[in-house]
Amino acid sequence: MAADRARRATDKGPSSAAAPGGSIDGLLATKEIVIACGPGGVGKTTTAAAAAVMAAIRHGSKVLVLTVDPAKRLADALGLDGIGNTEHRVPDEAFRAAGIKPRGQLWAAMLDTKESWDALIRRHAPDKQTRDEILANPLYQNISGRFIQSHDYIAMERLYEIHSESDYDLIVVDTPPTRNALDFLDAPQRMADFFSSRLLRWLIVPYRSRLVNVATKPFYQIADRILGTEFLADISEFFILFQSMYDGFVERSDSVGRLLSDRRTTFIVVSTLEAVPLREAEYFAEQLTARRLHLGAIVLNKVLPVYLRGSEGATVAESMKDRAADLASHLAPALEAVDPALGDPDQIARVLTEVADSYLNFQVVALREMEERTLLSVVPDVLATVPFFDSDLFDLAGLVRLGEQIWE
Amino acid sequence: MNALLDLKLVFVTGKGGVGKTTVASALALFASQRGKKVLICEVDARGDVAGFYEAPPTGFNQKEILPGLFAMTMDTEASLREYLKLQLRIPVVGRIGPLAKAFDFVATAAPGVREILTVGKPVYEVRERNYDLVVVDAPSSGHIIGLLAAPQAINNLVKVGLIRSQTDWLLEILSDPQVTGMVAVCTPEEMPVNETVELAARVHEETTVQLSAVVVNRVLPELFGRQEEKVFEALVVPPPSEQLDELVGGDAGPVLEAARLAVTMRRTRSTHLDRLRRSIDESVPMLYLPYLFTRSHGLRTTRQVASSIGEELGY
Repeated sequence: MAADRARRATDKGPSSAAAPGGSIDGLLATKEIVIACGPGGVGKTTTAAAAAVMAAIRHGSKVLVLTVDPAKRLADALGLDGIGNTEHRVPDEAFRAAGIKPRGQLWAAMLDTKESWDALIRRHAPDKQTRDEILANPLYQNISGRFIQSHDYIAMERLYEIHSESDYDLIVVDTPPTRNALDFLDAPQRMADFFSSRLLRWLIVPYRSRLVNVATKPFYQIADRILGTEFLADISEFFILFQSMYDGFVERSDSVGRLLSDRRTTFIVVSTLEAVPLREAEYFAEQLTARRLHLGAIVLNKVLPVYLRGSEGATVAESMKDRAADLASHLAPALEAVDPALGDPDQIARVLTEVADSYLNFQVVALREMEERTLLSVVPDVLATVPFFDSDLFDLAGLVRLGEQIWE
Repeated sequence: MNALLDLKLVFVTGKGGVGKTTVASALALFASQRGKKVLICEVDARGDVAGFYEAPPTGFNQKEILPGLFAMTMDTEASLREYLKLQLRIPVVGRIGPLAKAFDFVATAAPGVREILTVGKPVYEVRERNYDLVVVDAPSSGHIIGLLAAPQAINNLVKVGLIRSQTDWLLEILSDPQVTGMVAVCTPEEMPVNETVELAARVHEETTVQLSAVVVNRVLPELFGRQEEKVFEALVVPPPSEQLDELVGGDAGPVLEAARLAVTMRRTRSTHLDRLRRSIDESVPMLYLPYLFTRSHGLRTTRQVASSIGEELGY
């Protein structure tokens, strides 16, 4: 029986940090890069921000939180209006306003894909002319501005750049939802493969000599028919220009890949205890292990309060519901004593029924959560449970409240 | 409101975790219950639309999983194969091996190709009048713009050739507000509301598709009227609270506390709802779906959501 199983889980009690190997505190103190990942809608962005805030407050370190999510939300979470591609320090006044005195510094940045690509081109272009031609190429403009595949790579590239060129003690990275997060793990390798591809070499053969090459002729004919000659010319111009940056790019994407599997890097998988997100989170945790990446912690967010799980609560609620009219008539005099307008037994009975129903409704959800928790197949070093907060947490004080829960 | 079901093509999107697939599945189910021939097309190969109908997993080939309701899962390579066969009359057999390899490359090299094959398939089904309604369980709101803007982007890049003539009819169907619409799914929470407002603006500015409705999912019930809330407030403090404990023979505290939580949640959420309504153009209808206290999914849940959609649409 599902309910029995869940109740047994309740008896074990909600340990907020079953930690065979460590704590979030230790993780943040020893690692240089923390990548927060997991399905959408579980509070990943907020969790990443909270972890960064806590590290800045407690450790006296210089901490950067970098969001790579295309929906620009970190600004909201940190109470800042529009953080750009460049890193900004969260002002001390903001901390003071929240009644906090940080020992370290908190910086924040948001990924601007287009701007980061342009910077990358400027870095790798062998000369001014190539640089300008690439930046003006219509294909490049579309790749860098619009399309999502380019986002995943540039996120990792930017992380690498910041890590290698600045002096943050800790960089906390927020990522797109799981399925994309996987793409983003693969992005450096894909980029390297892409630039080493044999097909790429076909494509950048000067246009005229292609048609005489017997082996590749069918490919070009089909490509011509589908894409049109002009577009193909644009593509090949783009790749001919890009070829000049080939070595730089491949080397760079290799370095980015190495950074992800480096011992200084760890991953925190964030989820709720709802079935669908939790399965996704598990899948992601398994993938991390399969890729020999370090799974540092699982953070379970928005867990409903313990008092919703008690069997006594259910008995009381059932009784309140079944005996609503009877209870109401007994309670009416006491309530009337508080305020004469509150003594209507029918009204009291309605309130009791609503209250009881609401409890029983939420209990269904709370018990299901505990059942999911016991079914969790992945065991990380750190498992943190964060309770459901009855209000939204989007200012610094709120992030600290959340952070303290993760910390414990 | 019924105009939503008069569309031929609906893209359902939303921030991750808000119940996008639930709403897409339920909308398709409801339309099929109204006697329409419906296709639900799932774009993410790792999604689980079939699970929402408790049907076996679906593939690229459309399969009738409930009366009048067909399902398919997008596979860009299969889509390319079909496209080449139908549009270019390229003899596919024997060629597809090297072609598949070339495809992967071209799709990466020529951005937008993958997107256009993804969006092209459901639009093609509409053009061929194979269904009364095609519902697309589309990528999340961070990624839908890239998908829907792809035909226009390709159109700007490619001046001649078959792709160009293809994007012309794609754009024609996507741009017709009588035919195509987008449904944004949201929950009454701060971040999803922000993202929905942002999405509405970007859809308008960057794509030719119209936002046809916003679905607000998981709306909590209102527990009390104003007078009832006063009764509740009086009930949670002694002496009435002690008397209640005595009467029920146990601690009523947790039960009352839970009601307090529900009231607070509902209140926080309604401020986000108000902000959402203010920020979205008045002409865009909003559908409110109740929170389901089960957190399971499956056909029963999908049916429940479908009937809520029906009620909201005025059926």
